[in-house]
Amino acid sequence: MTSAVSTAQPVRSISMRRKVVSKVMLGLCVAATCVAVAMLVWILGYVLMQGALSVNPAFFTELPAPVGEPGGGFLNALVGTGIMVGVAAAMSIPIGVLAGIYLAEFGHGWLARAVRFISDTLGATPSIVAGLFAYSLIVVRVHHFSALAGSVALALLMIPTITRTAEEMIRLVPRTLREAALALGVPEWRMTLQIVLPAASSGVITGIMLAIARVSGETAALLFTAFNNRFLSASLDEPMSSVPVQVYTYAIAPYDDWHRQAWAGALVLVTLVAMFSAGVRLATRSRYKLEQ
Amino acid sequence: MTADLGTMTAGEGVSAKARNLRRWGPRALQGWTNLDGLFRKACGAFAASIVALLALVVYQLVHASRLSIDHFGVGFAWEKVWDPVAQKLGAATFIYGTVVTSTIALLIAVPLGIGIAIFLVELAPRRLGSVVGFLVELLAAIPSIVYGLWGLFVLAPLVRLWVAPALRKTLGFLPLFSGESNGVGMLTAGLILSIMVLPFIAAVSRDVLAAVPQTQREGSLALGTTKWETIWNVVLPYGRVGITGATILALGRALGETMAVTMVIGNSPQIMASLFEPGYTMSAVIANEYSEASGPLYLSALTELGLLLFVVTFAVNGAASLLIWRLTRGPGAHA
Repeated sequence: MTSAVSTAQPVRSISMRRKVVSKVMLGLCVAATCVAVAMLVWILGYVLMQGALSVNPAFFTELPAPVGEPGGGFLNALVGTGIMVGVAAAMSIPIGVLAGIYLAEFGHGWLARAVRFISDTLGATPSIVAGLFAYSLIVVRVHHFSALAGSVALALLMIPTITRTAEEMIRLVPRTLREAALALGVPEWRMTLQIVLPAASSGVITGIMLAIARVSGETAALLFTAFNNRFLSASLDEPMSSVPVQVYTYAIAPYDDWHRQAWAGALVLVTLVAMFSAGVRLATRSRYKLEQ
Repeated sequence: MTADLGTMTAGEGVSAKARNLRRWGPRALQGWTNLDGLFRKACGAFAASIVALLALVVYQLVHASRLSIDHFGVGFAWEKVWDPVAQKLGAATFIYGTVVTSTIALLIAVPLGIGIAIFLVELAPRRLGSVVGFLVELLAAIPSIVYGLWGLFVLAPLVRLWVAPALRKTLGFLPLFSGESNGVGMLTAGLILSIMVLPFIAAVSRDVLAAVPQTQREGSLALGTTKWETIWNVVLPYGRVGITGATILALGRALGETMAVTMVIGNSPQIMASLFEPGYTMSAVIANEYSEASGPLYLSALTELGLLLFVVTFAVNGAASLLIWRLTRGPGAHA
């Protein structure tokens, strides 16, 4: 009896220790998650609060006021971001989608492996490098900053994302759909463009949206390509303002009113990104439901 | 072709339409299979254009930094002086700043990220896990400039008033945490970077841990281990390669991150022992000085910094891709 107790005692204390260690470590994992969520809430909450206090109708409808004067807005930057992202999308969507089709439908050889590797790696390239590329490709040749150079830099950042999501989404299209089309005598090219691509369209569009959301907030690639422009401009051959670059310029300037407008610009960027992210999540979730 | 259309009469138009129908219809399939070949080739050409794009990027960067490469040689990498006026330019201070800030970021973000992944895969109920996973991924979607703005106006004052004094009080005997902090500096840059790379580590590690077979956990638990012992001795070692891939991926992001770092690092080309001191990174000096750089040698030296950054991040990201691919059965081998 006594011997049984004396042997049971140490065993129980070891298992207690192990249980406590387990609880503590798992608690630390929960704490790590809480830290990350708290950072998100803190950052987003701060931007929402400062932005909401700062944003006003003039922000959307007026050009920047002369240096040092309060008032004015981001109209030039909003228009500039729209134009440059639009031009970049027009350049990158055809390349990205067709390359994605190639990878998904015909991609077995060395070329496909190389394209996948390069897309994945190029997709993570620092955006400042995209700016350097566009600078030496265009700005050096025409001797001035231009919106076209900015768009080229953004397109370089968009192509890898569009290519890889297009590939993955096209792969998801069931093989039976392809077989049915081929059995009806539809040529392969027509099957791909008129049957497979439309079936994958919501996913492909999701990828395009993600790419657009990412480059809309892109600053480093535009700093010395599109540069900045205090006036409204629609010419691709001239410097053009963008929301992120103007936020940067205003943030590091010593005027309180400019800081206020920088927060409003940050709010616009964050709203854009949050809308895209939520939209993408809804779109992909309904897609998974369909498959299940 | 257009000339044909121009001289066509109404009747011929109808027959041309009929011919078109026949042409695209299944019966004429045999005669037109070369269209398939053409389509394949066209898609292949667009895919190949991505390879060409990479070649063009490398060519442009090398071409634009040629002057600096010829002028400074390999000594560029360890020359500490950065004096554009005297045309004496070296990269050492920027390489140091990039390495130090990225190291701080990884030291903080790797344990946190793995902890989050464990929570999401092993602990959280499915619904909560998916919501929290979305929130963490949202951190990755916030533009860099917004982090910079927040870092400049919120984090930097916080570091000056609370973080730096607390570190000095407790760890002040280390040269790393000595001296005064005015808010902006290496430490602040490292902190903001750690928040920015956290979602990459957490998201990839989560996928890696979720791919560990349930039987592995059950086998361990059946031997009487606690939940944590199962995670530590079975689950994490099983996902070791993937977690390493996630860390390398995060390193690539940290090395190349520009705007947020530029706004909080203080932008001063110097190598100081204390993390409270201002510094400079490769990406930050390009962002700050490129549009105002005068003289071809100055511009060329800045471009060479970009080329170095590109080569390093390409190698790092390539290594991460290969590691992560190895786990997911090769590049896109879903079918």
